[in-house]
Amino acid sequence: MKIENKTKEILKEFSPQIENFNRRFKILSAILIVIMLFALYAFYMQEKEGHIVTGMRDNVVWGLYIANFVFFIGISYAGALISGILHLLKVEWRKPIIRVAEFITVISTVIGPLFILLCMGRLDRIYNLVLYGRIQSPIIWDVIAITTYIIGSFLFLYLAMIRDLAILRDSPDLKIGKFRRWSYKFLAIGYNGTAKQDKLLEDSITIMSAIIIPIAVIVHSVLAWIFGMTLRPGWHSTIFAPYFVIAAVFSGTGVLIVALWAYRRYFHLEKYITKKHFDYLGMLLLILAAIYGYFTFSEYLTDWYTSETWNARVLEKLFNFNEYGWWFLFAAIIGILLPMIVIGIPKLRTINSVTAVSFIAVIALWVKRYLIIVPTLETPLFPIQDNRIEWIKYSATWVEWALTLGGVATFIFSFMLLSKYVPIIPVSLVSKPPEKTESLNVEEKVETV
Amino acid sequence: MKKEQNQSKKKTGRRNFLKFGVLAGGAVVSGVGLTAFAGDNKTGEKVKVMTTDGKLAEVDSGMLHSCNSCSSSYVSNEEARKGIPDRKFVMVVDLSRCKNARKCVSACQNMHYLPKDKEWITVNLMQETETTAPYWMPKTCFHCDEPPCTKVCPVGATFKRDDGIVLIDNERCIGCKFCMTACPYSARVFNWDKPKNIPEEILNRPYSVESGAPQVVGTVGKCDFCPDMIRKGKLPDCVTACPNGVYFFGDINEDTVTNGDETLRFSELIKDKAGYRYMEELGTQPSVYYLPPVDRNFPFESGLKGLSEEQKSKYHFNTDK
Ligand code: SF4
Repeated sequence: MKIENKTKEILKEFSPQIENFNRRFKILSAILIVIMLFALYAFYMQEKEGHIVTGMRDNVVWGLYIANFVFFIGISYAGALISGILHLLKVEWRKPIIRVAEFITVISTVIGPLFILLCMGRLDRIYNLVLYGRIQSPIIWDVIAITTYIIGSFLFLYLAMIRDLAILRDSPDLKIGKFRRWSYKFLAIGYNGTAKQDKLLEDSITIMSAIIIPIAVIVHSVLAWIFGMTLRPGWHSTIFAPYFVIAAVFSGTGVLIVALWAYRRYFHLEKYITKKHFDYLGMLLLILAAIYGYFTFSEYLTDWYTSETWNARVLEKLFNFNEYGWWFLFAAIIGILLPMIVIGIPKLRTINSVTAVSFIAVIALWVKRYLIIVPTLETPLFPIQDNRIEWIKYSATWVEWALTLGGVATFIFSFMLLSKYVPIIPVSLVSKPPEKTESLNVEEKVETV
Repeated sequence: MKKEQNQSKKKTGRRNFLKFGVLAGGAVVSGVGLTAFAGDNKTGEKVKVMTTDGKLAEVDSGMLHSCNSCSSSYVSNEEARKGIPDRKFVMVVDLSRCKNARKCVSACQNMHYLPKDKEWITVNLMQETETTAPYWMPKTCFHCDEPPCTKVCPVGATFKRDDGIVLIDNERCIGCKFCMTACPYSARVFNWDKPKNIPEEILNRPYSVESGAPQVVGTVGKCDFCPDMIRKGKLPDCVTACPNGVYFFGDINEDTVTNGDETLRFSELIKDKAGYRYMEELGTQPSVYYLPPVDRNFPFESGLKGLSEEQKSKYHFNTDK
């Protein structure tokens, strides 16, 4: 394949990112690996001793693990929804950021479900899901939806990477090992940039981005129904599916902004990732925060206004500053309003401030997941009568925290590895001239009318 | 045609129950006998026992130990999933008789080799509001006819049988705990760690869904209406253990329930004493009925007497309010 000069130049710019494992990379990797090893040890303890080593007990049977699961599946929306939609709309500014978004998706769709596995009492019997799977169970819906989602998002990322893989294959100047060169050749599946191949690939990407959007929506809806289908105050809510979907896009956008900030800073991508990206994504975040806030308000207002005994018991805990009040204030009010204010006021909107509020929003959304799961489980319909405090109130143990940190470490580490493998900016895309977009046509039409 | 079938079903059912009733009476006697003489130390006191081949023998009473389920004849998994034919089990709990004697709790624990802190039956202090009277409410699994728990199980490890019993297959359960979040009555408990102090013979016998012992780490357990006892024609242990006759167990096809001493018509009992089911509004259709705590045999406070401090503190949660 003939590589244009412009592409060559860009690739050259990125080659150190691919070729070198500098000291910073090594130190960070070492720290992350230590955390992951510690998480592995925690996992070993849990499998050896049973779930007694976790903070989960008969009432709060799900804890940090499920919160993490929902959280990671949530942030996977960055690539699935955002990059899918931006691709379909042929938005020009998506080009430099699309790969970061897809990395987030692929990595978090793999890490998320790991947390479900951690929550299972008998991991060794997981094959029973295949042997005896019952389609009536929302968990089986989840298994089907998530496997489809994982495959779909891998395909999506892969298709979008093929052109770059071919470029890497055909760049003999790169100082990389034999195996890596071979792998580029293998993965580029003979793409040579002929007109026919190009059309085929482009069509596949478009189809995939259209498919991945509904799949992503389904995945998070099914996940919400795991809660919504139970007779529990705080869970048994009809708006849970759309509420979860919006929360997911919200957190996905937040993580994307934070990741872009980090890449821009450490890989010096100021040329590609600009203030414009933070402005646009910030606006998106603002809109999502508004919708999410609307859902939150609507959910808690209806519960609170009628104050049916069961709902009231959960709300009492959420609104009580001795229980979950502060967390609720942070997750449901500050985490929503703060991004809206900072991004909404042009004077306050800088790259750093947008990133900071995105980060806060992401943390708030994690806390919100915790608040959905734990207080509800602490408030079953049949009041708990127990004298063992740990049986009444959940507090996560070191095992759960270690595995949670392990998940975050794995997330970052996979990110670092993946961005060593291919340039974080899609070289083929940014070196291409702008596509003619639909919306442009509309504008033209409007003007001529 | 269908009606006929139903009738014949009922008839055979009734015949079965006669047998069931007689055996149930026997179970009371033998149950008491066994527990009375249970113990590991030699007492010097001789008792007569009958061996499996029908011969009488004399042994030291100290050598006897209660063995309700260790000799249970093995029931295949398939059979255990179907249930006992033509039966529909039902329980009636008379709240006016309960004084929190907690014998049901410990009998259940013995029967299923559960540790002291794992209760498949709980006795709860109930008081709807400050202006209403407190009372004691024992709670088993309700063996609902529309069980929210079996509906959500991804692998069919917990299931509803034709005879109305909801069971768990501890060898299939993957421990996802979804059924626990689905159960509105908190009837299910998890085996967070490996079961301890299980006698050898229980550990070594082949697993049966019906016996519920030994429990398996990482899986869910709950009150199972003692199907292995029922199969032997005996009443569940909680029923026979209760000194106040709170529990009535029986077959709704037969329209008969018994607490070991009294045998009553189920429909009449429910009619006369205004029986109800707990949280009917959830649509779960429980198989456990309650008789309201009216004209109570015991003052409510008597239920707190004789409790250890630890047990008492269990009820602070409610009494404080
Ligand atoms: S915990 Fe076991 S019985 Fe309960 S839903 Fe999961 S697999 Fe089924």
